[in-house]
This record gives sequence, C-alpha cells and structure tokens, in this order.
Amino acid sequence: MNRRDFLKFTGILAIGVAAHQAINMLSGSDARQSQKKREKWAMAISFSACVKKEGCKACIDACHFIHNVPEFGNPKDEIKWIWQSPFETVFGDETNVFTKSMLKNLSVLCLCNHCENPPCVRVCPTKATWIRKDGIVMMDYHRCIGCRYCMAACPYDARSFNWREPEPFIKEINRDFPRRSKGVVEKCNFCEERISQGFLPACVEACTERALIFGDLNDSDSEISRLLRTRFSIQRKPHLGTDPKVFYLF
Amino acid sequence: MIKILISLILFLMVVFLPVGYNVYTGKTAYIPVLQPPEQRGECVENVMFMRKKHSLLLEKWRDAYVRDGIKRYVSINGIYKISLTGTCLECHSNKTQFCDRCHDYLGVKPRCWSCHNIPEKVAKK
Ligand code: HEC
Ligand code: HEC
Ligand code: HEC
Repeated sequence: MNRRDFLKFTGILAIGVAAHQAINMLSGSDARQSQKKREKWAMAISFSACVKKEGCKACIDACHFIHNVPEFGNPKDEIKWIWQSPFETVFGDETNVFTKSMLKNLSVLCLCNHCENPPCVRVCPTKATWIRKDGIVMMDYHRCIGCRYCMAACPYDARSFNWREPEPFIKEINRDFPRRSKGVVEKCNFCEERISQGFLPACVEACTERALIFGDLNDSDSEISRLLRTRFSIQRKPHLGTDPKVFYLF
Repeated sequence: MIKILISLILFLMVVFLPVGYNVYTGKTAYIPVLQPPEQRGECVENVMFMRKKHSLLLEKWRDAYVRDGIKRYVSINGIYKISLTGTCLECHSNKTQFCDRCHDYLGVKPRCWSCHNIPEKVAKK
C-alpha cells in the first residue's frame, strides 16, 4: 500500500466510525431507555404511628424470620437487617439538645437506607454490593470476601459481619431463603425477592399500625410520593450526600 | 542376576498390591448408584446436559437471579423458578443419595450448603 492509498483508507475508516456514532446518537439507546421507566423504591416511616404500640417488634420479627437472621444475644456479634436505636444516635446530627432531651426515650426504627449514592458500593473491591436500576442496594453473598470495607463506609451502621457461624443461632429456619455463613457481611435487601413477586416487604406487611409505607418514587401517584409531597419528612445524615431512600415522617 | 529379578518381581508385587486388592474386591468397577427423584418428570435440561454441565447451569442461575434480577428460567422442558433449594432439591429431595453420592465419588465439594438449605434437614413450613 502506498502513502496515497493509506490516507484514503484511513479517511474512509474515520468517516465510518463517525457515522456509526452519529446514527447511535440520533436513533439512540437513550430513547430506548426512557421508554421503559424504572421504579425507584423507597420507604417512609411514620414516627407517630410507629410508637403507638409499646414495645412492638412485629416488623423486626417478620424480617428476621423470613431472612434467617441469627440472634446471638450479644451486641458484639449482633446481625441486624432492621432494628431500633435511640433517637439521639439516629438523628444526633440533625437536631439540637432540646429535641434530643425531649425525644430521649424514643426508639427509631432503622434499616438500610438504600442510598442513591451509596458509599458502601464505592468501596467494595469485588462488586459484591451494587446499586440496581430500581434503587435497591443489593448484596451478592457469593462474591463477598468479608473485607468489611462496606461496614466502615456505611454511615448508618446498616451492615453486619458474621463473626460466627450463624446457623445454630437461627431460631427457626425459613427454607425458602438461604442462610449466610461465617465471614460474609449482610444487610437489608428491601425484600427484593418479595417485590419481584409483587409482594410488599415483610416489615411493611407485618406492621399493624401502617407506620411503614413502601412504594415507587418514580410514580407520582403512589402513596409514598403523595405523602412525601404533603408531609414534613427527614432523612438520616443528609449532609453526607448519600441521599437515603428511607424517609422519616412527622 | 536371578537375585535382581526376584527382588524386582517382589517389589512390583508390593507396589501393585493395592490395585490387585481393589480388583479382587470389585471396587475398581464401583459406580455410585444414584437414586433418581421420586416424582417422575424431566430434569431442567436433558439428562446428558445436566450430567456434564449442571455446575455451569447453577452458576448461570446464581448470577441471573442475584445480579440481573431474573427469577425464572425457560428451557425446552418448561419454565422453572430459579432456586437451588426450591427447584433442584424439590425434585432431587434425596440429596444424600443423589448429589452427594456422585460428588463424594468424584471428590467434588460444593460450598453451597453452608448457606443454601437442604430439605432433608430443614422441614418445610
Ligand atoms: C455465603 C452464603 C452463600 C453461599 C456459600 C452460596 N450462596 Fe447462593 N445465595 C445466597 C443467598 C443469601 C441468596 C439469596 C440472595 C437474595 O435473594 O438476595 C443466594 C441465591 C442463590 C441462587 C438463586 C436463588 C436461590 O434461592 O437459589 C442460586 C441459584 C444460588 N444462590 C446458587 C449457589 C450455588 C450454586 C452455590 C455454591 C457453589 C451458592 N449459591 C453458595 C447465599 C449463598
Ligand atoms: C422436575 C424435577 C427435576 C428438577 C426440578 C431437577 N431435576 Fe435433575 N433430574 C430429574 C430427573 C427425573 C433426572 C433423571 C434421573 C435418571 O434418569 O436417572 C434428573 C437428572 C439429573 C442429573 C443427572 C444424573 C445422572 O444420572 O447423571 C443431574 C446432575 C441433575 N439432575 C441435577 C439437577 C440440578 C442441578 C437441578 C437444578 C438446577 C435439577 N436437577 C432439577 C428431575 C429433576
Ligand atoms: C453424575 C454425577 C453428579 C451428580 C448426580 C451431581 N453432580 Fe454436581 N458435580 C459433579 C461434578 C463431576 C462436578 C465438578 C465438575 C464441574 O464443575 O462441572 C460437580 C459440580 C457441582 C457444583 C459446582 C461445585 C463448585 O465448587 O463450583 C455444584 C453447585 C453442584 N455440582 C451441584 C449439584 C447438585 C445440587 C446436585 C443434585 C441435584 C448435583 N450436583 C448432582 C457431578 C455430579
């Protein structure tokens, strides 16, 4: 090939590549994506409804049963998907001394916030945790190597590590959901296995006071969208920029 | 010379003693007897495919289920719920006489059961 042929050849090649990109841009994959609108799952927790029943743990029991969460009976080894914490610990940064002392005895229900910008996902070296298109922060237990970076990164203490073999400490094993083993990190999965079958998350279903509202933020007619538009709500540690999808309603 | 030959034969006899023993007791011809599932019906894919590639199929199931959110598997034999416990072991409910027999024989040790439930051990609720 002489110089002239070479220049002709590369010129044609360049035009080809440019045309390909132009066609892609115009007829585009973007259009295809926007056609199929995704859900964006979120949850709202109503303080006033949640405190109605003294000492109620229906949601925690339901979740921990269906997901085979062990109970070690000591806080050091504790595995939690959904749990209660004192108001001060949960909203320490967002409130002042007066609110804190007023709400001293309030326990707040906590679970994984399924952040829009999840720090745990950023640090996971094996991509064992990632954010799905519908906003759920998933765990792939098959890939977890137990490095616990995600636990260090999570500002909400939503992840627990299996220091011990959990099986003997599961009160009653639910056959339909796998257990976990020693050496992996685990957390709430927003009941993705139930949502995919069209059920509500187990905690939401178990709550008799309707304190937990679950739904789709991308659907402006959903109950949760309407509630968040009309009632005062807060997120945990919003200043960190993680953008939690668990909202607390007043 | 004769000494060397005799000792060589003795040596070889000792070396091959275990092989001879196994041939004599019939262990070389041993093939594990697998107990087919009680409920008749076909496997997820045809038997030859399953025998060779079930580990790859399960890997595909795992990634499809967990990472891509696909909960059903369509094969020529029908539509199956993707679940190790709920599908494979629902039919092959006698895991010890089926999966384990073959795995033990071949020295395969899947680590799945430290998390996935075995119907023989965990009663259905
Ligand atoms: C550390 C625990 C753990 C180990 C070990 C493990 N799994 Fe899983 N596996 C899970 C969990 C938990 C889920 C459910 C994930 C979810 O729904 O969020 C799951 C889901 C699956 C699923 C889809 C749903 C189901 O219920 O079966 C398949 C298939 C699967 N695993 C295959 C395997 C195979 C094959 C192995 C062994 C090579 C294995 N897993 C080892 C924890 C584990
Ligand atoms: C609808 C019931 C059914 C389901 C579900 C099922 N199997 Fe089977 N499987 C069978 C039957 C029947 C055979 C044939 C047994 C025979 O002829 O010896 C078989 C054969 C096999 C074989 C070959 C055994 C051999 O003789 O070499 C393997 C391996 C196997 N199954 C694994 C699996 C795995 C892994 C799954 C889950 C992905 C599964 N099966 C799901 C019914 C089922
Ligand atoms: C006919 C013999 C045979 C039977 C029956 C059989 N397996 Fe296997 N299995 C193998 C062999 C051989 C391997 C290893 C080679 C490979 O990975 O393909 C294997 C590998 C596996 C693996 C991957 C192991 C790993 O560490 O990655 C899984 C999971 C598995 N089998 C599950 C099952 C289940 C569940 C059943 C019963 C429903 C079953 N097998 C029945 C022969 C068998």
